[in-house]
Amino acid sequence: METLIQWGGGVWGGIGLAVLQIAAFLLVLLLGIAFLLWMDRKVLAAVMMRKGPNVVGPFGLLQSFADFLKFVLKEIVIPAGANKTVFLLAPILSTTLALVTWAVIPVAPGWVISDLNVGILYIFAISSLGVYGIIMGGWASNSKYPFLGGLRSAAQMVSYEVSIGFVIVTVLLLVGSMNLTDIVNAQAGGFWNWHAFLLTPEKLPLFPVMFAMFVIFFVSALAETNRPPFDLPEAESELVAGYQVEYSSTPFLLLFLGEQVAITLMCALATILFFGGWHAPFPVPIAADLPAWLTSLGSFAIFVVKVVFFFFIFALVRALVPRYRYDQLMRLGWKIFLPTSLVAVIVVSAYVVFLQPGMEA
Amino acid sequence: MPLIAFYILGAIVALSAVLVVAARNPVHSVLWLICAFFTSAGLLVLIGAEFLAMLLVVVYVGAVAVLFLFVVMMLDVDFVELKQGFQNYVVSGAAIALILFAEIGVIAASIGPGSNATMDPSPGADTNAEAIGAVLYTDYLLLFQLAGLILLIAMIGAIVLTLRGRPRAKRQNIAEQTGRKRKDAVELRDVRPGEGV
Repeated sequence: METLIQWGGGVWGGIGLAVLQIAAFLLVLLLGIAFLLWMDRKVLAAVMMRKGPNVVGPFGLLQSFADFLKFVLKEIVIPAGANKTVFLLAPILSTTLALVTWAVIPVAPGWVISDLNVGILYIFAISSLGVYGIIMGGWASNSKYPFLGGLRSAAQMVSYEVSIGFVIVTVLLLVGSMNLTDIVNAQAGGFWNWHAFLLTPEKLPLFPVMFAMFVIFFVSALAETNRPPFDLPEAESELVAGYQVEYSSTPFLLLFLGEQVAITLMCALATILFFGGWHAPFPVPIAADLPAWLTSLGSFAIFVVKVVFFFFIFALVRALVPRYRYDQLMRLGWKIFLPTSLVAVIVVSAYVVFLQPGMEA
Repeated sequence: MPLIAFYILGAIVALSAVLVVAARNPVHSVLWLICAFFTSAGLLVLIGAEFLAMLLVVVYVGAVAVLFLFVVMMLDVDFVELKQGFQNYVVSGAAIALILFAEIGVIAASIGPGSNATMDPSPGADTNAEAIGAVLYTDYLLLFQLAGLILLIAMIGAIVLTLRGRPRAKRQNIAEQTGRKRKDAVELRDVRPGEGV
């Protein structure tokens, strides 16, 4: 790395290194998502007692790649009367924004592209832009169903962002930092330090609050990513396929990919905020003796296992829970989650100011 | 390097700000506005105010502009007609632009040309967020709370203005719906062939 920076003469070497890191990260992420998609379909199939994809490759493992080829080779159809620029910009925007967010996600100790001090705020900011891809796509299609889907989605995402924001604030208050690496390191030691299960004696009073926050975060993540049971923007029984109706071929692939990347991001975020990131559920005594690269790799494996676990739950929810009605969705967001998370912010900040050792003002 | 980045970002901000006004399609105007907001956040990052930059994106791009776009897409306004009244606003618009430029000029003059004053995005604190928090919640606590109160009043006002009691509106009682049991709704009958229920 040092030689690369010197070879490129400072700035350019640094940029080259960053590009290499990003390329490697993207490669792993997109390959992982290809298999996660396969898993999603297999879980859905298993719940429905079907076999699911099983033709391409062993156990249908390569199905996603076959789908990818098919998407890319099809003709791009742009509806007459569509606003061409915005129509094509929307899928590009949604994929780019979903991928850009991963820049601050630490996947193992030190394995992060940009260790921002305001990392969690960055994620919140960029993911709040994800809605543009959907609104723009819905509007530019110049068609009724996509437009309705886009509007539904905008209202839904704006509503659930608010409670996600407050849930994140409770975690920030406990950790005292907006850096994601700090948030993960604050949960080291064992699962009783994870924010979802605060079972240490001094933090026990916060356990019910933080567990409720974890549940709210998970459900809001489902709503934020338009996953069932909150997939009203693309409710096929009412809106055909919502904002994606007019999309075909590569633009559709990009919209779909952006959605999947955002879902995986939410899984990673749940892992980092509430499930201890790359830390093992129990202290590993031999970890100190292992070489650094092995602990890094082990941590990465633990992180991936947790993300896959959350993705599995996402897939199960999709298979098991019936779709919400729109008024129920809005009621849940504004009348239940928002007040609960607001109260939790007050409770957690009171705890941090008055009870947390070493924080007395 | 930061200078090059500044000029690139500044050019994008200026260009998209012009296009906000010049674009024929109102939805395009809003999209250019979003572009301007986002690039200004980049400018803030450039001077080291990363907290402000993120807030700008969260509040303006993530919330305000979404609602803006929402309204512009939903409203069926005849924009050709709207544009015809353009001349009426030229004077007041020019006055506002003049005042804003004068303000920038006054600030620039107070720093003076060629001065090597540097900007400190986080005076007296480690990070940007801490510096802002320390000022907001100590020196300006009262004003800050007042601003929040005014916003709350505006919110309540908007709700009061749009709330109309519609006596015949259909409403759902969610507790009633979820509390419904099988035995209240379904009945099993043994129906004989040809007799009906």
